[in-house]
Amino acid sequence: MKKDINQKKKKKFEVITIMPILSVLIAIILDIVIDNHPDLRDVDNNFYRGFLYVSFGILIALAIITPFIKQLKEKYVFRCKFVAGVYVFLTLLNIITAKMLLLPQIYFPSLARIFFVFYDDRELLLNCIGSSFFLLIQGILIGFILGMICGIAVGWSKSSNYWVYPIIRILGPIPASTWTPLALVVFPTGKSAAVFLIAFGVWFQITVLTCSGIQGVKKVYFEVSSTLGATNRQNLFKIAVPAAAPSIFLGFFNATCSSFVALMAAEMIGCKSGLGWYINWQKQMLSYPNVYAGLIIVAIFCYVLVTLQFKIRDRLLSWQEGVVKW
Amino acid sequence: MVETTEKNNVTGTIEVKDVRKEFIDPNGETVVALDNVNVKINPGEFICLIGPSGCGKSTFLRLVAGLIKPTEGELFLDEKKIVKPGYDRGLVFQDPTLFPWLNIYENVAFGLKVRHVYNERKKDVKEFIKLVNLEGFEKALPHHLSGGMAQRAGLARALVNHPKVLLLDEPFGALDAFTRMNMQDELLRIWKERGTTMIMVTHDVDEAVYLSDRIFVMTPRPAKIESIIDVEIGRNENFGRKRDSVDFLRTRSKILQVLNFTGKELEEDYVI
Repeated sequence: MKKDINQKKKKKFEVITIMPILSVLIAIILDIVIDNHPDLRDVDNNFYRGFLYVSFGILIALAIITPFIKQLKEKYVFRCKFVAGVYVFLTLLNIITAKMLLLPQIYFPSLARIFFVFYDDRELLLNCIGSSFFLLIQGILIGFILGMICGIAVGWSKSSNYWVYPIIRILGPIPASTWTPLALVVFPTGKSAAVFLIAFGVWFQITVLTCSGIQGVKKVYFEVSSTLGATNRQNLFKIAVPAAAPSIFLGFFNATCSSFVALMAAEMIGCKSGLGWYINWQKQMLSYPNVYAGLIIVAIFCYVLVTLQFKIRDRLLSWQEGVVKW
Repeated sequence: MVETTEKNNVTGTIEVKDVRKEFIDPNGETVVALDNVNVKINPGEFICLIGPSGCGKSTFLRLVAGLIKPTEGELFLDEKKIVKPGYDRGLVFQDPTLFPWLNIYENVAFGLKVRHVYNERKKDVKEFIKLVNLEGFEKALPHHLSGGMAQRAGLARALVNHPKVLLLDEPFGALDAFTRMNMQDELLRIWKERGTTMIMVTHDVDEAVYLSDRIFVMTPRPAKIESIIDVEIGRNENFGRKRDSVDFLRTRSKILQVLNFTGKELEEDYVI
């Protein structure tokens, strides 16, 4: 009997999921009711309104299925207010830009024009995403491998610590983008230079945190494993590295963030493709709708990558108590 | 070959000859952590080291484990000089120090895996988990276990290698009184079953009398073995001693006397 009640409770419609729907509805109504400012250029596109319609559909679908999917319920119900807030914000932006033209439209274009870019420039944008992603992965991979090797060497062996650590301390803190002039000369192509810049930043972060992670491993772990028959090498790979994993992942997180900076900087200077290049190029053309579209894509791009990374970390470090959630 | 010697456990003699251990403290001064130690521990014997902080109990244990080297003198395990840590001398700390990134099964299996004998002796892992009553917790992570359970897992991890000698550094120090008494009985059961030589450091006089064949009473400044007390009290069905017997209290009082903790009145109380 009690179970039955619980189940009924579980399947109940969540009232709060109406909130984002209302918010979108208001956005749509206001967009239709208020006329665009007479001076607004490029009026005849409906991409913003189309986006709102699509959102409306999705939000209704979410509201309907939410009571049935437990995971979604926890997350979405919690985020409902935020989602509603986003549409309120978009509505305000829409009113300020398109409807009242309170800001110079060359720098602050209407939402409709920004959404139009996603459609109009989709091929180039997809190309840029692919190119940026490829550069980033190469850079992170190279930086990560070298960083692990250096970090383990410096954290584990006294002689490499003596020789390599000072070099890391001198070179490491230099912001990766400072190397740009040198990188452009030394590396044959803009892309390889960009890979170098990204790898450099990643290398430093990973090295430092791997090293400090390994040095911070409790001595008793080594003592116990030695009395269990572990050799020195096994102590390194079976004790030191897994015990340092939380620290290494922290370094990886920092590295990913700094790699975005390096990626954008590198692409703005030496490359002929990629998101950084796209934004810079569109800025020079003074087409700000494209700049904003580019920025939005960069934001989503970085968000997805960081989230992915946290998912991997949560899986690998599930043994830790109270890991930071993203 | 190796298999039989490990299983039979007829060995496990520790000999300590003229051992002295010095440390350099942070001020650069030499501190004597242990001086003039000459003892022989027989196979299958249960030894407790007792004494106040700074008397060199843990140093003694670490020397036997091979984690540190003596400044002077030598230690032998079955007439072989101890130069480095080895799986023939298992170690259990007060803090169970299970590897937090491995689950209980993997923790217990660790010793077999690093020695590359895991495939042949897989079933030992299960057997020892059973021995310490942790069946059903194989997949649990160390931070999910209570203190007593974690300590039992640590015990299983050390025992799975069939060590000749088990070194216990205040293994039950962090446990509550009841868990502690349970664990003492469990340890005795394992000891009887496996015939392992046990060397245990403790602060607890009752624990020492309850468990051991001989008690090394140690004193600080200079850190040394002050007296060796034979516990000549019959063991009960749990292989422990009756905690409220007269002999128990006498032995207890003898130890406290060596450590200078008994005042006159207390002593009179024990004259029966």
